Amino acid sequence: MDLILVNLIDGLVTGLLLFMLSAGLTLIFSMMGVLNFAHASFYMLGAYFAFQISLYLGFWMGLLIAPLIVGVLGAGVERYGLRRVHQYGHVPELIFTFGLALLIEEVVQFIWGKSQMAYSTPEVLQFTAFSIAGNAIPAYKIFMIFISIAIFIGLLWVLTRTRVGMIIQAALTYPKTVEALGHNVPLIFMGVFGVGTALAGVAGVIAGPVLGTFPGMAFVLGSIVFVTIVIGGLGSLWGALVASLLIGWITTFSKAYNLRMEDLLIALGFEKPDVIWDSPWRDLWSLTSPQIADILPYILMVLILIFRPHGLLGKRDA
Amino acid sequence: MSDQTATAPATRSALLPLAPWVLSALLLLVLPFIFTANSAITIMNQMAITIIFALAYNMLLGQGGMLSFGHAVYAGVGGFACVHIMNMDDFFATIPLPVLPIFGGLMGMGLAMIVGSFSTRKAGTVFAMISLGVGELIAACSVIIVVFFGGEEGISGDRTYGLPTFGVEFLQQIEVYYLIALWLMISAILMYLYSRTPLGRMANAVRDNPERAEFLGYSARWVRFYSFVASGFFAGIAGALFAINYEILTEENLNTTQSGIILLVTFLGGVGFFFGPIIGAIVFTLVQTVLSLQTELWGFYLGLIFVATVMFFPGGLAGLIMMHVPALRLGKLGRLGVPYLKTLGAGAVMALGGAALIEMIFHVRHASSGDHEMVLFWIAFDSHSILPWVIASLAAAVGYFIVRRTAPDLMEAWNDANTPDGGAS
Repeated sequence: MDLILVNLIDGLVTGLLLFMLSAGLTLIFSMMGVLNFAHASFYMLGAYFAFQISLYLGFWMGLLIAPLIVGVLGAGVERYGLRRVHQYGHVPELIFTFGLALLIEEVVQFIWGKSQMAYSTPEVLQFTAFSIAGNAIPAYKIFMIFISIAIFIGLLWVLTRTRVGMIIQAALTYPKTVEALGHNVPLIFMGVFGVGTALAGVAGVIAGPVLGTFPGMAFVLGSIVFVTIVIGGLGSLWGALVASLLIGWITTFSKAYNLRMEDLLIALGFEKPDVIWDSPWRDLWSLTSPQIADILPYILMVLILIFRPHGLLGKRDA
Repeated sequence: MSDQTATAPATRSALLPLAPWVLSALLLLVLPFIFTANSAITIMNQMAITIIFALAYNMLLGQGGMLSFGHAVYAGVGGFACVHIMNMDDFFATIPLPVLPIFGGLMGMGLAMIVGSFSTRKAGTVFAMISLGVGELIAACSVIIVVFFGGEEGISGDRTYGLPTFGVEFLQQIEVYYLIALWLMISAILMYLYSRTPLGRMANAVRDNPERAEFLGYSARWVRFYSFVASGFFAGIAGALFAINYEILTEENLNTTQSGIILLVTFLGGVGFFFGPIIGAIVFTLVQTVLSLQTELWGFYLGLIFVATVMFFPGGLAGLIMMHVPALRLGKLGRLGVPYLKTLGAGAVMALGGAALIEMIFHVRHASSGDHEMVLFWIAFDSHSILPWVIASLAAAVGYFIVRRTAPDLMEAWNDANTPDGGAS
């Protein structure tokens, strides 16, 4: 029971972190219809910028400034890159963001090199918040949870309760009409792109110290973020939340509990071959759940795309 | 994306379309006599394999409008199957090596049939996402299913155990080169002919307007499925040739990085024309092998070129070349020569200056402390002294200035070359 609670918290942290990335991505997708392949790269930029700033001004200034820089960069990418490519169609847009992801990784290696940065949690938060049956829960995890939930509530409030949010929601469904009413839709697009990438930047700032700040960090998380928003339903904020938590918990639990295929097969009535190392099925017998934890989201996504193409909570086809 | 065809006037002789094929076959025959070094043959082998793979990829991207982020899987699985066949001593001894790629192709095709049965229902984002998911899935499986993929160290075989073909046992690199060249010609011709069949034409129609194609009575889904399966077959052949050439396959052959590279190669070459991926593969392999020897930063330059291509020349290199056809038809291509020389020459100076600056920044930042000497363009100098920085900045700035000054002239010459004499404006 205690272990379940610890894993629930760990999964929540992973899930909420994923959510901060997928929220921006899904917003961007629902506005412009383009999946931003470079989204996780902005997350990486957030971590690196925050690290650089924290060297001079400390962690908290990094948390404040880095997302702003990332957001401005993102808006610039939309204004001068994506808007230009948009005229060629959706596939070149996707290829453009893919190329951007490659380029950002190269630029990061160019500036900071290939090794991991010594970016660590602030000293104020280096204590144990509480412990459950001997498992210490660091305060930083609690801090991450609170930051993400605050951002989610803030986002929800802006989108549903403010005038800007209303215009954004209207522009999602009827961009032409909104433009005819006198709103500057390209500016809204640029703003949403900037805010979306800034959110990814925040995620990078708070995840950098825990998950490590290295040039491959975008690659590690990049495709999982896609999987998340496809599972949740493209364009759905709630869907992104549900899918992020689902993935967070699924991966955490399958890593924490060593479920073995062997037990399952025996329970199903199969007989274990005596010379297992020579059997063609030896990989199936030795399969364990931590081994496949990282590919479970992909299996889930393929299944979702086959059986429910608009995702868990999405309203339209992917 | 532009049309794949340039309809030839009926007056031309029927043999003329064969000319490029005969020429390239001759070129493939002669090349090893021009570049005799072993390293050159290695590069050419790599190039030929990449060409087949890129052409197969373009059957999806260019002709079918389907963007795949996991196409290396089909090549990789075809290659793995071939290595396994090589390791089946009794069976392998009964087949000559040159037919081995067919097995790789069939394996890639089989996998494509399974995946295609659900992934080709929609084009666009759904297809791209499924391809990414399946690609990641199979790449991750390579560590888990050790029996087939050999885990992290991969699996290796020996190509020489096959049935000797006319006494050739493929011990030498040059023999392998001719084997690969033969398959390159066969695959390229087959893929070209495929694009000329009604099915290949329908793939274009479905790419441009699936709804209209459906109204004409064609199932967009099946057309996509057939393109996907055919592409999987040729990708498998490329994988098999890789297996024959290197005799080892690892997880690297099917991961997402490899899939990304083939997308990059194809797009750089140009997806709108059949020969685009060929140019892309040649240029990319050269850049990869030659530039990576010169500089650590080749990935950075490549990324820069790629992003610039997507932004400014979505037709790729082939598109750039074909842009000049109207001027050539008008017989006014010569008028572009001097303006091109001026602008591109200055552009080259600017690019070299910029690259020198980038290299020097990189050296100052990342070289071990105290190591001030660096070699650039075969000149050794101190990266911490001021003079090289001045020279590089000056070159970049002057180049940029001249490009800005001569660009309007180039535009004018371009418009002039593309306007028939005596026409309006």
